[in-house]
Amino acid sequence: MRFTLFPFLGLLVTTIASVSLAFEGFQIESFTSYPVDKPVRQLKIISTADTELFAPLVLAFQQKNPQIAIEYTTVSSSQLMQAISVEGAPFDVAISSAMDLQTKLANDGFTRAYRSDAANLLPEWGRWRDHVFSFTQEPAAIVISPDAFSGLQIPKNRQDLITVLRNNPNRFKGRVGTYDVRSSGLGYLFATQDARTSETYWRLSEVMGSLGTQLYCCSSDMIEDVASGKIAVAYNVLGSYALARKDLAGKIEIIAPADFTTLMLRTAVIPTNAQNPDLAGDFIDHLILSALTEAGASYYPFPKLVTDTSATFLRPIRLGPGLLVFLDDLKRRRFLQEWEAAVLQ
Amino acid sequence: MSTPVNSSGSIKRRLSLQLVGSAAILATILFVLVLNFARQVSEQSQDNILIASATSILDSTSIRSGEVSVDIPYAALSMLGNVSEDRVFYRISAAGVFLTGYSDLPEAKQQGTEQQNAERDRSFITTQYKGESIRIVSATRQLSVLGQPVDITVSVAQTQNGQSETLAQISRTALILGLGFFAISAALAIFAARSSVRPLHRLAVSVSRRGPKDLRPVQSPVPAEMIPLVASLNSFIARLKTSLTRSEDFIAEAAHRVRTPLATVRVQAEVVLRRVETQQNRKALKEMIRTIDESSRAAGQLLDHAMVTFRTDHLERKSFDLADLVLDSVERMQPVAGMRDIEIVMEACDPGQILGDPILIQSAVQNILDNAIKYSPPDQSIAINVQRQNGGISVQISDRGPGFTGNDNARLTERFIRGDNAADTVGSGLGLTIAKEVAQAHGGNLSLNNRSKGGGACVSLYFPF
Repeated sequence: MRFTLFPFLGLLVTTIASVSLAFEGFQIESFTSYPVDKPVRQLKIISTADTELFAPLVLAFQQKNPQIAIEYTTVSSSQLMQAISVEGAPFDVAISSAMDLQTKLANDGFTRAYRSDAANLLPEWGRWRDHVFSFTQEPAAIVISPDAFSGLQIPKNRQDLITVLRNNPNRFKGRVGTYDVRSSGLGYLFATQDARTSETYWRLSEVMGSLGTQLYCCSSDMIEDVASGKIAVAYNVLGSYALARKDLAGKIEIIAPADFTTLMLRTAVIPTNAQNPDLAGDFIDHLILSALTEAGASYYPFPKLVTDTSATFLRPIRLGPGLLVFLDDLKRRRFLQEWEAAVLQ
Repeated sequence: MSTPVNSSGSIKRRLSLQLVGSAAILATILFVLVLNFARQVSEQSQDNILIASATSILDSTSIRSGEVSVDIPYAALSMLGNVSEDRVFYRISAAGVFLTGYSDLPEAKQQGTEQQNAERDRSFITTQYKGESIRIVSATRQLSVLGQPVDITVSVAQTQNGQSETLAQISRTALILGLGFFAISAALAIFAARSSVRPLHRLAVSVSRRGPKDLRPVQSPVPAEMIPLVASLNSFIARLKTSLTRSEDFIAEAAHRVRTPLATVRVQAEVVLRRVETQQNRKALKEMIRTIDESSRAAGQLLDHAMVTFRTDHLERKSFDLADLVLDSVERMQPVAGMRDIEIVMEACDPGQILGDPILIQSAVQNILDNAIKYSPPDQSIAINVQRQNGGISVQISDRGPGFTGNDNARLTERFIRGDNAADTVGSGLGLTIAKEVAQAHGGNLSLNNRSKGGGACVSLYFPF
C-alpha cells in the first residue's frame, strides 16, 4: 500500500491490485470491496480513478448510508467504455476522466437520465442532458523534476518548454514522458484538445519525439518516474494526482502552462444496466455536494469545481457532441497517424 | 294597470355573449397560429443547423492518393450542442459504402430528380432511431476518384427533445397570451355591452320615474339609433296629452253647459213650488229640486276637478299662510254647518307660510270640510287642527260621522269611488280625489284615518315647507 489510508478507515478493505479477472471480458486494474456489518443493499462502481485517491469519497458516502456495501472496480477509460457499451456489465455508477467516452455513452443511449436538486446546483456546462454529471475540474499539468532542471530556467509555458528541451538535448535525451495516446483515453482527450487549441502542441510533440519520449499509460506512473528522477519532464499529467502526492513535495514541481491549461471534468453517469439506479443517483448527489459544499472540503480529494472560469489561460473542455468528433474512427486514425509521425520518430 | 311585457331576452347578455364568444374564437386562432408558427420556426432552425453541420463535414471531404478522406471539423458536431442538449448521430458514405459514423443510421432519401441538378442535394426526414424521434439531414457531393465520379453522402441527425421542450415552452407562453387576450377582450366586451345599453336604461328610468301627470316630451340627448324610438315616444306622449286635454276640456265644457240651465230649472222649480198647493205635487217638486241640487253639485265638482287638473299641470307657487286660508274656508262653510247645527272648532292653529297655489289648496280644504259636514250627524262638532310637523304643516279635519270602513281607503281617492257606507249621502266621489291631487301636486300627501276616541273620520292634508 503506497498511500497512508485515512484514519477513519476502520472498515475492512480488500484490495486486489492489478489483477485481470477472467470472469468478465474487460480488463480490470483493481477491485476493492467496502463491506458493512449489516448490508442491506450494494452499490457497484466502475471507475478510472485510483482507489486510494477515491476512497475518502466512498467512505464518506458509507458514513451517511451505513447499510450500503460498495464495490469499487478500477479500469482504464477504454475498458470502461468496453464494459458498459459492449458487454453491458451491470454497474450502478460509471466514473471516468475521459469526458469524450462518457459523452459517447450518453449520446448512444447507454446511460440513464437523472434529475435532482443537487444536480441542479451544477452550472450548465457541468452536466449534459441530465445524463453526464461532472464533479471535479482537473488541470493537465507539466510535472518536472527540480533536480533535473538545476541551473535552467523553470519553463512557464509550452514555448519555454520547447526552448529548454531544444537547447539541452543531452540533458533531456530519453528523459521526457507523456501519455501514450493510443492506449490512454485521457491522454487522447488531452492531446486532441491541445491540438485543437494550439499548433504549439505539434511542435512540442516533435521536440519530445526527437528526444525519445517515454510513453505512459497513466499519470501516476509518470509522477513516480519524475519523482524518482528516471525522467525530467512529464507533459499532460493529471494535476490532481500530482497535487495529491504530498509525500513527493520537493521531488516534483507542478506547472500549469501559462499559455493555456486544459481543464478536464471528471464525470459520472448511470448506465442503463444499473441494478440500483436510485442508489446511483444518491451517490452522484453525494459526489456533487462533496465537490460544491463546504461540508465536503475535509475529505474531497480532487480540485473543486470552479464556477468562475474567467482566468483566460484556463481552457475547460466542454461537454457536448463536439467531443464525439475525435472518437470518429477516421478522425482518430488520422490524428494517431500525425501523432505517431511526430512522437515516434 | 300595467300588463306584463313579453321579453325576447336581454340585449346586454346577447351582446356580451356574442362579443365574448368572438374573443374566445380569436384567442383560439391566435393560440393555434402562434403554435404553428413556432413549430415551423423551430423545425426550420433545427434543419438549418443540421444543414450547416452536414455541409461543413462535406466540405472536409477530399481525395487523398485515390481514397476518400474525411476530416470532420470539431465545430460540425459541437455547433449542434450549442443549441440544445440533444443526441447527435452522423453517417458518412461514399458511393453507397459506409465510411464512418453510425452505420445503422438511415439516410434521408433523395426526393425526385428535380433536385439532382443542384451541386449538393439535401433531404430531410423525421424517423425513429435508438428509441427516439430524430431529424435527419442528408447532403451529397460528387468527388472524382481516379476519373470516376463518386457520391459522398453525409447524414447528420439530432433527437428532437430540445425542440419539443422549446415548443412546450412556447405553447405555454402562447396559452397564457391567448388566455390573457381572451380575458382582456371579455372584460372589454362586457364593458362595451354595458355602455351600449346604458342610454336605453337611462331612458327607461327617466320615463318610469315620471309622475302620472308628467307628459313632457323626452328632451335629453340620446344615441342616433334611439332617435326613432324616442321620436315615436314623444309623438305618442304628445297625442296622449292632446287626447287627455281634449277629454278634460270636454268634461269641463259639458259640466259648465249643464250647470247653468240646471240653475235656471231650479229657480223655476222653486217658483212653481210656491204656487202649488197639492201635497203630492209639492213632494214631487221637492224631490225634483233635490235631484237638481245633486246634479249641479256633481257638475260643480267636475268643474272643480277640471280646474284642479289644469292648475296642477301649470302649478303657480306663491307664499301664503295656511292657517289664514283654513280660517277663511271655515268662515265660508259656517252657514252650511249652521243649517245642521254643527259647530266647527279650531283646536290648534299654528301659523305657517307655505309655497303653493292658494286656490287649489282652498278647494282641497273645502272639499274635505264639505265631506265632514255632509257625513257628520247634527248637533256634533267638527275639529280642525293646523299643526307644524315633520318639516311641514298639516291640516287635520275630524268629524263624528260613520268614519271609513277601512276596506279600501286607498281606492276612495280614485275618481267616482265612494265609501261602502256612503250610499245614503249625496256625493259625486270626486272630493277626496281633488284633495289628494292637490296635496301631491304640492309634494305633500293625503291620509285617511278613523278617530281613535269616540269614532268618526279624520282626514289629514300635509304640505312640506
